[in-house]
Amino acid sequence: MAAITASELSAIEGRHPQIFQRPAYKRFWPLLLIAGTVLYLAYALWFFSLPQVLRESHWERLPLFLSQWISYDLQPEFRLDQPEITPKYPRFSALGEHPDPDWVIKNPDGTFTVLIDGRDKTVTFDKIRATIVANGQTVPVSLTGGKPVVTGPVPDWVTVHDDEIVAKMGFVGEVRVTVDRVKVRKRFLGWANFVFDTRSPFFGKSAGEVISLIASGPELKPGTSNLALAADNIWNNAQWQHGDVWTKLLQTIVMAFLGTLLGGIVAFPLAFFAARNITPSGLLSQVLKRFFDFMRSVDMLIWALFFTRAFGPGPLAGSAAIFFTEIGTLGKTYSEALENIDDKPREGVLSTGANGLLVQRYGVLPEVVPVFISQTLYQWESNTRGATIIGAVGAGGIGLKLWEAMRTNSNWANVFYMVLLTLLVVFIFDNISNFLRRRLSRTLHDYNRLQAAQG
Amino acid sequence: MTSATLHSDATRQQADAWRRQTSLRRFYTGLGVGLLLVAMCATMWFADEANAGHFFDRLPHILDFLSWLVPKDWNDVWRALFDIASPNDKGTQEFNFPLGRVYIWGGFYIPEYFELMLTTVNVALVSTFIGFVFAVPFSFIAARNLTPSPVLRLIVKRFMELLRAFPEIVIAGLFAAIVSIGPVAAIIAIGLHSIGALGKLFYEINENIDMRAEEGLRAVGANWFERVRFADLPQVLPNFMSYTLLRIEINVRISTIMGAVGGGGIGEELKLSISRGFGAKTLALVLLLFVTIFLVDQFSAWLRRKLVGEQAFLMSA
Repeated sequence: MAAITASELSAIEGRHPQIFQRPAYKRFWPLLLIAGTVLYLAYALWFFSLPQVLRESHWERLPLFLSQWISYDLQPEFRLDQPEITPKYPRFSALGEHPDPDWVIKNPDGTFTVLIDGRDKTVTFDKIRATIVANGQTVPVSLTGGKPVVTGPVPDWVTVHDDEIVAKMGFVGEVRVTVDRVKVRKRFLGWANFVFDTRSPFFGKSAGEVISLIASGPELKPGTSNLALAADNIWNNAQWQHGDVWTKLLQTIVMAFLGTLLGGIVAFPLAFFAARNITPSGLLSQVLKRFFDFMRSVDMLIWALFFTRAFGPGPLAGSAAIFFTEIGTLGKTYSEALENIDDKPREGVLSTGANGLLVQRYGVLPEVVPVFISQTLYQWESNTRGATIIGAVGAGGIGLKLWEAMRTNSNWANVFYMVLLTLLVVFIFDNISNFLRRRLSRTLHDYNRLQAAQG
Repeated sequence: MTSATLHSDATRQQADAWRRQTSLRRFYTGLGVGLLLVAMCATMWFADEANAGHFFDRLPHILDFLSWLVPKDWNDVWRALFDIASPNDKGTQEFNFPLGRVYIWGGFYIPEYFELMLTTVNVALVSTFIGFVFAVPFSFIAARNLTPSPVLRLIVKRFMELLRAFPEIVIAGLFAAIVSIGPVAAIIAIGLHSIGALGKLFYEINENIDMRAEEGLRAVGANWFERVRFADLPQVLPNFMSYTLLRIEINVRISTIMGAVGGGGIGEELKLSISRGFGAKTLALVLLLFVTIFLVDQFSAWLRRKLVGEQAFLMSA
């Protein structure tokens, strides 16, 4: 293709002035927008004092917290200043009242060996010396001189403090040695005692044993069948609180369902009076529309806090908060849908001499009901997520439980359990609502095609 | 048999079929509505049982509860809003309005509640910006018609789904332990959620574009970035902007709630004020929050109308 000459260029320019000679603000608005955004971000950086916050943050905690989501640790302590060395476990440890784990070995010569990662990472000790083995290296520690001393070279995974030697072994745990005690932290992948807690008579039994006990064992608690006892023990598991968690989850679902449904029921008749093309009075339409705006703008949080004070904390307060917000949101979307309807069916019904109510029933309703349901389902779906958050301010449901579990920073496995359940619920409800809406939109689509075919 | 009776037989059969069909449909509609009513009553009963206070026990006391909201001196609402000393101040926290002033320059100050409201709005704006910046590239990868690789598309789509469904409050709690409690943790939480929420809307827009411009660019040998930049982006940018504005509205609300659970900003103050029963302070905060959310909504609606015309949008989260 031949190159374009200068005269041809100017001819093209002359023919399309609206493309080549645009006003300055139209040409530069993207640049201005970007410059404005950059300026705003610099301001936000200063406003939130972000550099300082990031400098003072503890990012090393993130992998630790995340690993705690899917693991638990056991921390046996061995006192060396007692006449006889015995392992001591913290109260309420995951091993129950009579811990005897196979990874703590009492050797025939009186020494103890703790297997932290099989035979690869261990610590062996008695009252005068300890031997830490990890990463293919052996570190002997002498405990006789009033403070622990590493005899020999110190590898980089061992830190020597004044009165304590700390050997970090990565994910699997660590060993802390002083002259009068050895502390071990051993980390296990998984959730401890997820089914039965340590107080349950089924604790520590394999799945086969539990099944045979339930099927044909003697009654563990007289007067109760083993099946009922097992179910009760699972439901009231002290560590995982299955019963409470599931009840709270149900509350969250109920809050979203009840709030959206009631909101829809109240918004439905109001929307007809708010829609410009249907309302008997323009003033009423304006008043109702401002009322919807008000209900929406008084945030769900404000409603939640008010109703928590009025009804006390619980799902009733949460349902009421969602209900009030939804009157506004659904009222607005319903009335907008009504304003966008095709007027012809309405006129047709009107021409037969039908009264007002019948016109709405047969001329308007068939057109808007699928849209109404679809929008309500959308809000239901979004409220199922929202109900989790407002729960945290006391409006009931799983939100508060999540927030309390997180506050201590020690119960991340429980948090993850609840998160998984919440994700599951959101996933299921998303799919139900998507499925229903797809079916509805197919109905709408068929309806439109039929109308188009008939002209 | 005459043709007339034949004809009327056929008509009657048709009418019967129609009647059967409508009565069946009516039956199903009735069944559906009945089930919904049963579910509604059951859930109402459940919610009432599980609540600390019960509906009918508390109902007569609703007005008592509202009575603390009415301040003894209505001027205190304005004083609380603008941090002006109140003559009712007896040293309690209920009327210590001037205490929270944020001095900017000499005697010039920003009232405490305006500063808190600004924090909440800034949290919403910054997190929406984070959401937008990540959602745009993700949306091009996740769109069926534009994706550079189907495997990458699936990964990005699943990732965005996870971000969308993950409870914000858990992300906020996790980061509160890392970057300290406050607005930064809220920004991270709302920002991550916005990536997922905006990304989904964006890639659905991308999948509905007119592909002819893209094919033209492909014909002259443009690479993926050039095709996306010059064929796709100009088509979708107004819609992207419109959804982002909608997201700002939603994020202002979420950021308020985050504040109430420790994310800084006006939510925290409101929660304290309501739980302690400070009438004037509560009214001032509610008024400020209401006006701000109303203004943000109206401004965003106006801008969206300018961007994409009178196109109606569903609320989305």
